[in-house]
Amino acid sequence: MRRHVLRRLLQMIPVFLGSTFLIFFMVYALGDPVAALFGDRAPDPATAARIRAELHLDEPLWKQYLLYMGQIFRGDFGTAFNGDEVTALMALSFPVTLRLTLVAVFIELLVGISLGVLTGLRRGRALDSSVLLLTLVVVSVPTFVSGYVLQLLFGVEWGWVSPTVPPGAPLGELLLPGLVLALTSLAYTTRLTRTSIVENARADHVRTAVAKGLPRRRIITRHLLRTSLIPVVTFIGADIGALMGGAIVTERIFNIHGVGYQLYQGILRQNSPTVVGFVTILVLIFLLANLLVDLLYAVLDPRIRYA
Amino acid sequence: MRGPARVPRAACVALTVLAAPAAAGCGGGVEADGIAPGVVRSSWGDPPNPLEPANTNEVQGGKVLDMIFRGLKSYDPKTGEARNMLAERIDTDDQRHYTVTLKRGWTFSNGEPVTARSFVDAWNYAALLDNRQRNAYFFEYIQGYEKVHPDHGAPTARTLSGLSVEDDRTFTVTLRQRFSTWPETLGYNAYAPLPRAFFDDHRAWLDKPIGNGPYQVASYDRGWAMRLRTWRGYPGPDKARNNGVDLRVYTDGNTAYTDLQAGNLDLVDDVPAAQLKNVRSDLDGRYVNQPAGILQTLAFPFYDKDWTGPGAVKVRTGISMAIDREQITRRIFARTRTPATDWTSPVLGPDGGYRAGLCGPACRYDPARARRLIEEGGGLPGGRMTITYNADTGSHREWVDAVCHSVNNALRRDRACVGNPVGTFADFRNRMAAKAMKGPFRAGWQMDYPLIQNFLQPLYYTDASSNDGHWSDREFDRLIDRANAESDPVLAVREFQRAEEVVRDQMAAIPLWYQNGSAGYSSRLRDVALNQFSVPVYHQIRVG
Repeated sequence: MRRHVLRRLLQMIPVFLGSTFLIFFMVYALGDPVAALFGDRAPDPATAARIRAELHLDEPLWKQYLLYMGQIFRGDFGTAFNGDEVTALMALSFPVTLRLTLVAVFIELLVGISLGVLTGLRRGRALDSSVLLLTLVVVSVPTFVSGYVLQLLFGVEWGWVSPTVPPGAPLGELLLPGLVLALTSLAYTTRLTRTSIVENARADHVRTAVAKGLPRRRIITRHLLRTSLIPVVTFIGADIGALMGGAIVTERIFNIHGVGYQLYQGILRQNSPTVVGFVTILVLIFLLANLLVDLLYAVLDPRIRYA
Repeated sequence: MRGPARVPRAACVALTVLAAPAAAGCGGGVEADGIAPGVVRSSWGDPPNPLEPANTNEVQGGKVLDMIFRGLKSYDPKTGEARNMLAERIDTDDQRHYTVTLKRGWTFSNGEPVTARSFVDAWNYAALLDNRQRNAYFFEYIQGYEKVHPDHGAPTARTLSGLSVEDDRTFTVTLRQRFSTWPETLGYNAYAPLPRAFFDDHRAWLDKPIGNGPYQVASYDRGWAMRLRTWRGYPGPDKARNNGVDLRVYTDGNTAYTDLQAGNLDLVDDVPAAQLKNVRSDLDGRYVNQPAGILQTLAFPFYDKDWTGPGAVKVRTGISMAIDREQITRRIFARTRTPATDWTSPVLGPDGGYRAGLCGPACRYDPARARRLIEEGGGLPGGRMTITYNADTGSHREWVDAVCHSVNNALRRDRACVGNPVGTFADFRNRMAAKAMKGPFRAGWQMDYPLIQNFLQPLYYTDASSNDGHWSDREFDRLIDRANAESDPVLAVREFQRAEEVVRDQMAAIPLWYQNGSAGYSSRLRDVALNQFSVPVYHQIRVG
């Protein structure tokens, strides 16, 4: 087991280096960000040169990358153009997005798995068909449509919640955006759980459990669900990273100033330190989530542990 | 007014544990959604630069500086006239040597008196290259600028030789050249005075700026909100009529508008184009739509010989005549733009240099003449043209497509003109700096101060800071120099208008439309108005 973890951790290093280099290359290849700092005016050459030198923009790209990585390992992510430390921006925005993501995952787990189990056990009945149809609709509606519609209905028409999230993003205000963020994944989770349950309901060990006369509840939770959840856990694990990165749309609709907001601003202003820094952290989160998924496999299915 | 739903305390505690680092989320110290009495809740955009007077060159940061600073002059929110604020008088005999005398009794909100030194130190800081201030060039008229801010290499002086403190209330300024309207420019934020705290602990000052205006910063949550509260000790004549202003950051104008409709926000100072059709009925008349000192133009790449040849003037004029400004401003902008007939803005007024119709027939829609002129000029270079614009902000795509449509109709060719979107403003500026534009491109000008000089010199003078098309004309430069040296303001304006006629005859840029400021507000507010910079006049707003 320990070797398994160690191997996975070592594998993360080249992935991390490769992906950060790619991001770095892409953001910096976009060109010189200094021109935009001066608004509708041509930058005064002397000031622009000073800013460029300060940001090492006058060095060759490979050198910039080395300098940047050196900085990162010392915990310094550089300074955004408005003078804020990128790490300070991270401290402000990652908790917000993390909370939003956790709300989304929580909804996804709760609603998705329950619906999946219910429909899987009642395959072909009215409930199953209607939920299947519903998930199809949810998957085909883009997030920004569902976001604006729900915001209009709950926030403006009925006034149940505030249409935007106030500063500090308290958890209660994140329920609606969390739901919007979760919707698509929720549909996938439902379908995945359903298929998995249907498949495993015919498996040998479940049949044996039924033959032994175990209570139905115990068969479902201990025997059926445990094996059925493996693909679902894989999906949700990989989804955490995707949700955090994909929160750009949701955060924009509900005016939540988390990672998505910072990335959006960063890209708009070609603010390389912010973009590269934030994406680097997102890559790390993605890798760690995947590692966690692998470890969970081993817990759910002992056979994997020895493979 | 509907309050947002609240989460039970217990759920809050449980979930806080779940997301450990996010403890601030549940009923955190800030007045998260409570409405402070007498406070205006207004939309805001995150300023891209640090909030220093000489480092802020856009509207969002400028909005804050307007509230927390007062300079030597201030512009009347209605007429745009530059009036003495901290200055008791600004004297000169030769339009080059100025003596500034300050009024008594002004202090910063931390109690420090505003003296001549507060200005001289601030201006020296702004001009010095080492401080990398984006508005440094505002000080280029002052003697000694080339020493503190050389084009290459390190500065050879730390302070401007043209500035000198005489006593607590007096300082003198020597300019490099004669500049008769220079005192009128001093209402611009870059010229604000700075307290010692700015120099002593710069980091702390940036976290919570201290100024001398009617408001002071109560708190600043980066990227989220800034809370400004009325400074009770403010000595000026324009005291705030409300208890403060909460500025909340929005990335999306539509979201801010939604919040206004839901009673979550009081003031939106930029109604998104998509909402303009319904705004009057949505807000029951609580909508302001008034001219601002903003002109949209199409600029040309004069570094490209395709656009400078002998027939090019006719081609440029022809393109101008092929644009149906009337219809575009009505259909796309719901009359929040006015077809332009000169190169300045109506907010200047006739005395300030605005002359309606100066452009003449060249700005009137006349497809037949447009076609003839373009043919006489040798046709569009290569038979077609593109209009480059940045697609990330504003509603540029819509109007560029409409302009091209109009040109195509006039030329009776489908693909004569096409839009050329560039992903981000940053990239757009890069291409401009690299002189990489292949055809006409979007140019917009928001005035720094309400003077005709500001609409001409930075945009068309040889190698001027915003002369993105790199147009150059000796006659124009000569007339601008003469206007600046003219001591009589009436005669100066006349010289500037003569220079503007050169711009017209050469069609150095095609004027499209004057832009209005538009704002919507909630029923809590009264006396909402915009100034000529399309920024709300916050201190005049009454709440309740």
